[in-house]
Amino acid sequence: MIQVIAFYLFATLCIFSGAVTILARNPVHSVLWLILAFFNAAGLMVLVGAEFIAMLLVIVYVGAVAVLFLFVVMMLDIDFAELRAGFIKNFPLGLALAVVLFVELFVGLVVHGAGGVQLGKASGAAAQAADMSNIQAIGALLYSKYLFLFEAAGLVLLVAMIGAIVLTHRERSGTRGQIIAKQNARRPQDATINMQPETGKGVQL
Amino acid sequence: MIGIEHYLVVSSILFVLGVLGIFLNRKNVIIILMAIELILLSVNINFVAFSAFLGDLVGQVFAMFVLTVAAGEAAIGLAILVIYFRGRGTIAVDDVNRMKG
Repeated sequence: MIQVIAFYLFATLCIFSGAVTILARNPVHSVLWLILAFFNAAGLMVLVGAEFIAMLLVIVYVGAVAVLFLFVVMMLDIDFAELRAGFIKNFPLGLALAVVLFVELFVGLVVHGAGGVQLGKASGAAAQAADMSNIQAIGALLYSKYLFLFEAAGLVLLVAMIGAIVLTHRERSGTRGQIIAKQNARRPQDATINMQPETGKGVQL
Repeated sequence: MIGIEHYLVVSSILFVLGVLGIFLNRKNVIIILMAIELILLSVNINFVAFSAFLGDLVGQVFAMFVLTVAAGEAAIGLAILVIYFRGRGTIAVDDVNRMKG
């Protein structure tokens, strides 16, 4: 019983916050609603025992992506009212498309509920062992059979990081940057002098 | 009882909301990127639900990969957005087709 209540709570909140994300006037509010949607999706995933993905969702999305969005929204000085100009104009077309898409997906679901197409059973080769936690089982799978997929994920992140840096980096004039060659060429005897000034006479630099 | 169908309904509603978001906010790239994140989230819910339903963890491994790609996509997309804004002072995407070179 409690699972049903939890499911409907998470599902309703997830869909509601997803809807507000795309309808909100202020993009900052959109990002915050998106965070709520991700949290509730993580709750949905915890309910079926996928703790690892749920925690990943919270850490990666809420911790990194949503903050990135917030950062960009707040950093750019944009007149958002002007950007909403086409909202009403695009509404009928968008709604029609959304209804068509949803009906299609729903028909698929109904057919699935009425027996569906049997593509075969899961081989059970990657089933979660009874004495293992979800994270342990995923780790065992990720570091053995799916090692290359894991490495590819790392490569994707590396490329994304380098790409983002290359795209946004710019040389700015008027800054005093570090000239490493000049620093390395500097010797103690060029930089310091020893002198013994007479008392009361000061030092000429 | 909660079955696989319930999860699929939630994920399809989220997917449709994401598509609708792209259509409604045609000018605002930031919201479009968020709508894409919603779509990818619904795909992830689908992966995880079927992984639990079939008792096969590969779905969750794939969901992790989708998550990685989504994070990279958000980073690159926002970087492009920042340089676009730097050049034009607006993020209206209607006139992106005038971008030459």
